[in-house]
Amino acid sequence: MAKLTIDRETCKGCGLCADVCPKHLLALSKEINTKGYHPIGITDQESCIGCAFCARMCPDAVIKVEK
Amino acid sequence: MGEKMLMKGNEAIAEAAIQAGCRFFFGYPITPQNQIPEYMSKRLPKVEGGCFLQAESEVAAINMVYGAAGAGARVMTSSSSPGISLKQEGISYIVGAELPCVIVNMVRGGPGLGSIQPAQSDYYQSTRGGGHGDYRMLVLAPSSVQEAVELTQEAFDLADKYRNPVLVMGDGLIGQMMEPVEMPEHKERTDLPPKTWAATGWKPGCGRDRAVINSLYIDPAVLEKHVNHLYEKYAVMEQTECRWQEEMTEDADFVIVAYGTTARIARSAMRKLRAEGIKAGLIRPITLWPFPAAPIAKAAEHAKAFLTVEMSMGQMVDDVKLAVNGAKPVHFFGRTGGIVPTVREIITEVEKLAKEGK
Amino acid sequence: MAVVYEKTKLLTDKPLHYCPGCTHGIIHRLVAEAIDELGVQEKTIGIAPVGCAVFAYDYFNCDMMEAAHGRAPAVATGCKRVNPDNVVFTYQGDGDLASIGAAEITHAATRGENITVIFVNNAIYGMTGGQMAPTTLPGQVTTTSPYGRDPKLCGYPIRISEMLATLDGPAYISRVSVHDVKHIMDAKKSIKKAFETQIAGKGFSLVEVLSACPTNWGMTPQEALKWLEANMIPQYPLGVKKEVE
Repeated sequence: MAKLTIDRETCKGCGLCADVCPKHLLALSKEINTKGYHPIGITDQESCIGCAFCARMCPDAVIKVEK
Repeated sequence: MGEKMLMKGNEAIAEAAIQAGCRFFFGYPITPQNQIPEYMSKRLPKVEGGCFLQAESEVAAINMVYGAAGAGARVMTSSSSPGISLKQEGISYIVGAELPCVIVNMVRGGPGLGSIQPAQSDYYQSTRGGGHGDYRMLVLAPSSVQEAVELTQEAFDLADKYRNPVLVMGDGLIGQMMEPVEMPEHKERTDLPPKTWAATGWKPGCGRDRAVINSLYIDPAVLEKHVNHLYEKYAVMEQTECRWQEEMTEDADFVIVAYGTTARIARSAMRKLRAEGIKAGLIRPITLWPFPAAPIAKAAEHAKAFLTVEMSMGQMVDDVKLAVNGAKPVHFFGRTGGIVPTVREIITEVEKLAKEGK
Repeated sequence: MAVVYEKTKLLTDKPLHYCPGCTHGIIHRLVAEAIDELGVQEKTIGIAPVGCAVFAYDYFNCDMMEAAHGRAPAVATGCKRVNPDNVVFTYQGDGDLASIGAAEITHAATRGENITVIFVNNAIYGMTGGQMAPTTLPGQVTTTSPYGRDPKLCGYPIRISEMLATLDGPAYISRVSVHDVKHIMDAKKSIKKAFETQIAGKGFSLVEVLSACPTNWGMTPQEALKWLEANMIPQYPLGVKKEVE
């Protein structure tokens, strides 16, 4: 059981985290943040294994991973 | 200390710097100042905490000065005209980041590779920027080895006091000649502000703000504020740091204005002129910036004319004209290319003025 | 719940200004984490370059200095000589380090200056809008090589890591990449090793990090990382180029 906390306001919607998630759980939101970016969101928190690949890929350090 | 030693100008300046607490020197060979890095390379490693490094270029040297000054050290570099040109970017950055340091320029003939003989053709470069942006630098112009020693020592205190670079401007003569020097004992000043702004290592709660040594202010309103702050410092410098020497100006008809080596020659000319019955006087700026406009303006009240003498095509003469402000004629005599004017040449110029009634 | 991964305290709270998908953010993180994990925050002084990372002094949570373009190794030299106990690092792009700063980096390396250099190589000038860099690949289109870099006209790209590894001064030189998680982990190990080299007083260390510039390469972040892997790694092989025990 793992938990992601995403700083949606700092996320720039680059999507690199989504590419590296081994379970393909990340996708850009339809909504935009105050900077106009579509921030990343996790589609299925339950399936997250807490590998933190997403957090290690993120150029803006917006993802916190807990397990 | 207290005893007189015969010292070469360049070496005396280097020793004076060490006496004033300079422990870091970064420089590069260029004639006619090579004795400064050479002396530093011998002396600094023997002094506690001393570090000498010959940099790969004058550009690298001034940036090493920036780094050392940013870390809170008393640091110096020296060069000669073409090398000082290379340092201009670094000097502008040092000013913008409000770092203290001392820069010595042993001026040689220019422009370009020029000559290795003495000149005074870096006046514009030193007092009108040289580097880009709005800024000023204290420019000290000794005319003897003893004075060079005293001004170099003071330069470190002035640099720390104002958090601004100070330039000591000599020429090949002052650098190379040997004169008796009494090395003053440098009194460490207790009134200088502590360098709490320096980058020495930080963590939250350590008692000061995180240091950022920087001259980039990308927001124009912030940059304007910063430059205004720099100019507040320059206003204080103009009020309190202006220096000059006057000789026989009270009743002078013809006032010679000259600095550095040229002032010594002009002084001899002045004395010979007086012996001939021509009332000559001398104003010798010691700070080229701030320029001693006040005594020149005062002399203009009673003098008939001014003669500015420089080893250049005429650079300081602009400031003399500004100071005189049209009240009296300002003439110029100069030699350039590394040629040093003679006493006879200066006498002839003043005699001409006296004859023509100008 | 235990924290598996969170942002290091060696990065300030200021949001990074870099483009979406720019690898500067990843590299900043790795450098900051290395400093944090080695426990040397209060000794560290970083020197920021001129380039996209010009505001790096706003992001690293330690004392910082801003250097003129290319001069960071000289600034670092002056700083480190004043206090040899400080951990001094420079963070420089390819224009800063390999073009205008070529003399400064070469001499800091050959002096064996005990500093750590993080060299971000993205084969282009980012901040100024995509001009050719000394590391631009033959045939690569930039705003000042609009027909593709022609080696006959403007020479070949420069392999800084190999070049500096020929000198006796350096103690650790390596080239890494950040185009996927595995390489990011390797890059972090290398960066940490470089800082350890400095802390052990062994001498000059440099890590060249192959990086992407999606904006000026005209690609998405994903395409850029793929382009990096396919084109930059053959030109700039990864690996340790020099290591002194």
